[in-house]
Amino acid sequence: MSLDGNVVEPTGPIETDAVIIGAGPVGLFAVFELGLLDVKAHVVDILDKPGGQCAELYPEKPIYDIPALPSVSGQELVDRLMQQIQPFGPTFHFGERVDVLERLADERFRLKTDAGTEFIAKVVVIAAGGGSFTPKRPPLEGIEAFEGSSVLYSVRRMEALRDKAVLIVGGGDSALDWTLNLQPIAKSLTLLHRRDDFRAAPHSVSKMRELVETGDVRLMIGQVSALQGSGDKLEGAIIKTKDGEERIDVDVMLPFFGLTMKLGPVANWGLALHENLIPVDTEKFETSEKGIFAVGDINTYPGKLKLILSGFHEVALMAQQAARYVYPGKKMMFQYTTSSSSLQKKLGVS
Amino acid sequence: MVKITFIQPDGAEQVVEAEPGVTLMESAKLNDVPGIDAECGGACACATCHVYVDDAWREKTGTPSQMEEDMLDFAFDVRESSRLSCQIKLTPDLDGLVVRVPAKQF
Repeated sequence: MSLDGNVVEPTGPIETDAVIIGAGPVGLFAVFELGLLDVKAHVVDILDKPGGQCAELYPEKPIYDIPALPSVSGQELVDRLMQQIQPFGPTFHFGERVDVLERLADERFRLKTDAGTEFIAKVVVIAAGGGSFTPKRPPLEGIEAFEGSSVLYSVRRMEALRDKAVLIVGGGDSALDWTLNLQPIAKSLTLLHRRDDFRAAPHSVSKMRELVETGDVRLMIGQVSALQGSGDKLEGAIIKTKDGEERIDVDVMLPFFGLTMKLGPVANWGLALHENLIPVDTEKFETSEKGIFAVGDINTYPGKLKLILSGFHEVALMAQQAARYVYPGKKMMFQYTTSSSSLQKKLGVS
Repeated sequence: MVKITFIQPDGAEQVVEAEPGVTLMESAKLNDVPGIDAECGGACACATCHVYVDDAWREKTGTPSQMEEDMLDFAFDVRESSRLSCQIKLTPDLDGLVVRVPAKQF
């Protein structure tokens, strides 16, 4: 799925040197270190933007332990890394999750995303941090049965909600945007939030309030305490408010409680795992599978610290081995960006 | 040292001691208190360190900041006594603090 909701028809597998899974700070810097060694990369990330946790969880919070940057916000760090890797022209695939990773007979790897994009790569770098960001599931009994049919975490087709009794839960932009978008087509629309105070854009909030005034949207202040229905069909929800409990009719519920991280498909790729982390050596940061590397928060080794700066070190060493796989037999010469004219040429500074 | 009692949903109590200056979340993680996930590591960015402050202590722990209130929107079964434990800094006058761990974090 592309961001505008169109299904992109893949035109056949993309052949590349490396696929980097995860566009957090460590995945981004992997582009740099691989690029210095002429290893071209495609980068896949489930979010719709680069930066991973830095961009999604704490874009405005300062980070104090990046060498030579006494204080830098998550977003600024990401912006600077994007600028730093720009000379290497990575191709980004945002809003996609790598579901399949398998080795081909010729030792290369085949990867496939949930959007159908396919890659053939010589090396794979897993920089997936805490795993893939997925919508938070309200811990309500039996909710799993309704997911995908009556409990939706994103709306792919608005028409599917026509003439339905819709319950939207949350107080941020997603909740408000969908309230405004779906109200005209839904049979009824209830917006439920735990407090009468919204984090969404003020403009959306005032539009929602107008619809509440005219009786087109019902605003409830409270929380869902139970779901009712049969099979995969939701029929109602019990809402706990300060005045007690009330049952309302619901055909479809849209919960918007933000994102959490789950290991996701990484668990299915046949890699050795230790407590949801990928063990690697500390020389090449290679996994149990030759040619598949793991860097940053998702790996583990004796003494591992989940620090961005550790991830930066890891990708530098990883890249040396990755380049050996991409250019077998080529003599590797260690060079400094300060003095090597060939590196400076790659960086576009000479 | 500051003494804190964590009460689990099943009623099990765990008393831990913490240095003044650390957060309630850190004291829970240092002592392996179950049910405090703290996914984001204390950045007030995930709401997985949600606790209920015992009524007798609510005045001393204070009220959530605007940022914390916003983040509590992402917690489950939020009540008036809800706080994010990463936002409560332990001071000597919180010695004896009692908090309850919710049945579920997201």
